[in-house]
Amino acid sequence: MTKASITNVKTPSSALADRPASGKVSVRNVTKIYDPEGVHVVALDGFSMDIEAGDFVAIVGPSGCGKSTLMNILAGFDTLTTGEVYLDDQLLAGPGTKPLPGSDRVVVFQQGALFPWMTVLENVTYGLMKKGVLKRAEANEKGIEFLERSGNLGRIANSYPAQLSSGMQRRVEIVRALINDPKILLLDEPFRAMDTVNKNRMHQHLLRIYQATRKTIMFITHDLEEALFLADRVIVMTTRPGTMKMDIAIDLPRPRDHAMMASEAYLALKQQAVFAVREEAKRAFDRGEREMA
Amino acid sequence: MSSAQGALLGTSLAKTYHVKDQPPVEVLKDCSFEFEPAMLNVVMGTSGCGKSTLAHMLAGYVRPDQGTLTIDGEPITDSGPDRLVVFQETALWPWMTVEENVVFGPLSRGGSRSKAVAASNNLLQRFGLGEFKDKYPGQLSGGMMRRAELAQALINSPKVMILDEPFRGLDVMTRELMQEYYLKLFEDTRLSTVFITAELEEALFLADRIYLMSDAPGRIVKIIDVDLPRPREISCTATKRYAELEQEALAALYAGQGEEDQL
Amino acid sequence: MSDEISTTANDASANAPVKRRAKSRWNISSWNWRGFVSIACFFLAWQGAVSLELPGFTKIPGPSEVVHTFVNDYLFTQSYWNSWLVSFERVFWGFALAQIIGIPFGLFLGTSKLFNNLVFPVFEMMRPIPPLAWVPLSILFWPTTESSIIFITFIGAFFIITINIYDGVRSIKQEHIWLARSLGASRIRIFRRIMIPAVLPAIAVGMTLGIAVTWNVVIAAEMIASDSGLGRLTWEGYVSSTPPVVIVGMISIGIAGYLSTMIVDIIERRMMPWKYK
Repeated sequence: MTKASITNVKTPSSALADRPASGKVSVRNVTKIYDPEGVHVVALDGFSMDIEAGDFVAIVGPSGCGKSTLMNILAGFDTLTTGEVYLDDQLLAGPGTKPLPGSDRVVVFQQGALFPWMTVLENVTYGLMKKGVLKRAEANEKGIEFLERSGNLGRIANSYPAQLSSGMQRRVEIVRALINDPKILLLDEPFRAMDTVNKNRMHQHLLRIYQATRKTIMFITHDLEEALFLADRVIVMTTRPGTMKMDIAIDLPRPRDHAMMASEAYLALKQQAVFAVREEAKRAFDRGEREMA
Repeated sequence: MSSAQGALLGTSLAKTYHVKDQPPVEVLKDCSFEFEPAMLNVVMGTSGCGKSTLAHMLAGYVRPDQGTLTIDGEPITDSGPDRLVVFQETALWPWMTVEENVVFGPLSRGGSRSKAVAASNNLLQRFGLGEFKDKYPGQLSGGMMRRAELAQALINSPKVMILDEPFRGLDVMTRELMQEYYLKLFEDTRLSTVFITAELEEALFLADRIYLMSDAPGRIVKIIDVDLPRPREISCTATKRYAELEQEALAALYAGQGEEDQL
Repeated sequence: MSDEISTTANDASANAPVKRRAKSRWNISSWNWRGFVSIACFFLAWQGAVSLELPGFTKIPGPSEVVHTFVNDYLFTQSYWNSWLVSFERVFWGFALAQIIGIPFGLFLGTSKLFNNLVFPVFEMMRPIPPLAWVPLSILFWPTTESSIIFITFIGAFFIITINIYDGVRSIKQEHIWLARSLGASRIRIFRRIMIPAVLPAIAVGMTLGIAVTWNVVIAAEMIASDSGLGRLTWEGYVSSTPPVVIVGMISIGIAGYLSTMIVDIIERRMMPWKYK
C-alpha cells in the first residue's frame, strides 16, 4: 500500500444543510414472515417508525433481528407480509405490492457492490448513463465533480475497484449513490471489519457528506458506539421477532468529532443504551446456540 | 497458576521480508517491549503494521533479523507448548472433531488418551461446548469456534497465551460477548497473555496495558496503562475514565499518521 | 438451523433467514417437470428431424431405430456387456495407477525441495503433451495392446492429479502446521494428521477431473488401437455403416462416464466427512 497523503479536506462548512423537502419515511405496523407455510420465521413483528426528511437514523440490533429485512423492504428487494411503508406519503410497499428498487433509495452494502470490471468513474456514472438522461461527456463531468466534492476522489477516477482500499471503495460507493440524488441513503453496515483508525476516518467522511447534503440516512449496524456517534436517533431492535426496544434521540451538537465521545452527554446516552443492546445480543446468541444443539 | 511465569522481553527486534521480484518489506524495526507476566498485554495497531509478525516471533515461528527475544530470561529459539498462539479465524483443523482438536496437543506429547479426553471434556463443558464435542468446526457458529480454540490451547497449560486478533470476523455484538467471556476466563486464571488487535474498543475493554504500534515498520510507540477496575463489565465502557483513556489512545493513533487515508 | 444465528464473518444472510429450508412434502418444484418436458422435446425434435429428412439428418437414425437396434442386437448379448467390462477395466487401472503414483509424487513435489528441483522441470516438459500423442510410442514400447492403452489412460489422469496435489500441498495453511508444531507433534504425526487431510480436497478435485479425462482417453485410444471396448464398438458402427450402433455406443459411453463420476463422488464424500456434515 502506498501512502498518498493528500490535502486536507476539512473544507466543508460546519453548518448543517437545511432540512430537505423530501425523504420522509413512514413504516407502519410492518410484519414480515418468511416461509409462512413451513418454518414460519417472523423477522419483523408490527414494526413502526417515522423518519423525518433529513434525519440520520441508526438501527442497532443483533444478527437476525430483522434490520436487514427492513432495509430490503425499503430498498425494494423484498416484500412485506402486512403493513405499509411510505416514502414522502407515497405508498412504497404494502401487502401484495411488487418490490421495486429505485434510484431514489440507494443501498450501500457491507461487502461492497462496485462492478469490478468498471473504473471508478464508470461505476459512478453507471446509473446516469443507464437512465439515458445524460450523454457520456456530461455524465463524466458530473461524475468527476461529485468525486472531487467527496474529498478529492477525482485522482482515482480511472482506477479499478480492486486497486483501492476498502475504505476508498466504500467512499466511491457513497458517491455512486449520491450522484443519483436519492431521497434516502440506506447504509447496511458499510464499515464493518475496518480497524479503528480507518473506521473513524470513514465516520468523519460520512458526517461531512451528511452535513453538506442532509440526505435522509438509514444506517444499519451491530455497533452501538458507531450508531451513537453518527446518528440523530438510535433505534435498538429486539432479536427475532424484530420489534423496537428503544428509541433514543441523540441531541448532540454537529459537527461532531471523536472528542465528543468523552463528553458527559455522550456517556450518559451510552450508559442508557449499552445494557439494552447487550441484553438483545445475549438473547440472540443464546438462542442461536440452543438451536444448533 | 504458579506466579509470574511467562515474562516476555523483546529488545530492538527487526524483521524484513524478501519476496522474489518485489521490493523488500520492512515489517518490524527497533521494536522493544516488556510484557509482564500474569497480565493481559494488548498490542494494538492498524492492519499491516507488523502485529502478526510479532506474534509469530513470540511463538517461535519466525526469527528476528536483529534483536533478542526471551521468555522468563531464556532466549526463544523454537516453537513450544509453553507459548501458544490462537490464530485469527484458522486455529481449528477442519478435518478433526472438536474433541480431536482439543486432545491433539496432549496426545502429540505422548499423553494418555483417557486423561486427555477427560481434561477436554472438562474444558468443553466449562465453555458450554459439551454437546458439540463430536461436531466438526464447520458445524459450529463463530462464537463456538472461538471458544473451542481457547480450549484447544488451554488444555496444554501454556505459560503464555498469544491471541492474534482472535475475534476478528465476528460481528460486533458476538464479538463483545466473546470479549466478556474471555475477560472472565482471564480474570479467573490470570494467565500471561499477549492479545493482538486492531480495535481500540476491544483493547481498552480487555487490557491491563496497551502497547500501541506504529505503522510498518512497526515498533511500540506508546504504552497506556488501563486502570479500569476488575472484574470489568460492559458498563465500564460508558465511564468517564474509559472515555479519557480512549481519547488518549486516539490522539496517539492519529499522531504521525497522514490526515487522510491511503489508496 | 445453523444458518440462522450465523455469528461468523459471512453472515450477510443472517438477517434474512431461512428461505429455502422447508422440505414440504407437497413441494412441486422438487419434481422437476420442466426437466422431463425438455428431455421429451429433445427426442421429439430428433425424431422429427430424421422423419422430415432435414439436411444432414438423412444418414442419421432416429431414436426409435436406435432403441430397436439396442434391444434386439445388444441388450442381451454377451459381447455388448463385455465391451462395458473391458472399458471399465481400462479406466479403473489407468485411474488407479494414476492415483497410486500421482498422490505420493505430488506430495513429494510439494514437500521436498530437492525432489522438486530435480523432477519438476521434466514433469513440466511432459505435461503439455496430449495423452493421445503418446499412442504410437506407447504401442511401440509396451508388449501388449492392453498395457499400452492402460498406460495412455494413466498418462491422461496422472498429470492432472499430480499437479492438483502439488498445488494442494503448497496451499496448506501455514498456521495449521505451525500450531501442530507448537503443540509438540512429531513430523510423522504432522504429516499424517495435518498434511494428508489438508490435501484431501485437492486429491478430490484431482479425482473428479481425472475420471473425466480417463474416459476421454480410453474411448479415443480404443478407437485407434484396440479391438474391444465401448470406443471400439462405436467405431465399428461407423466402419460397418450401421449408424444406430454408433449412437448406442455414444449413449453407453455417456452412461458409463456418469456412473464413474458418481462412484468417485461417493468416495470423495467418504474421504472427507467434515465437508459434508
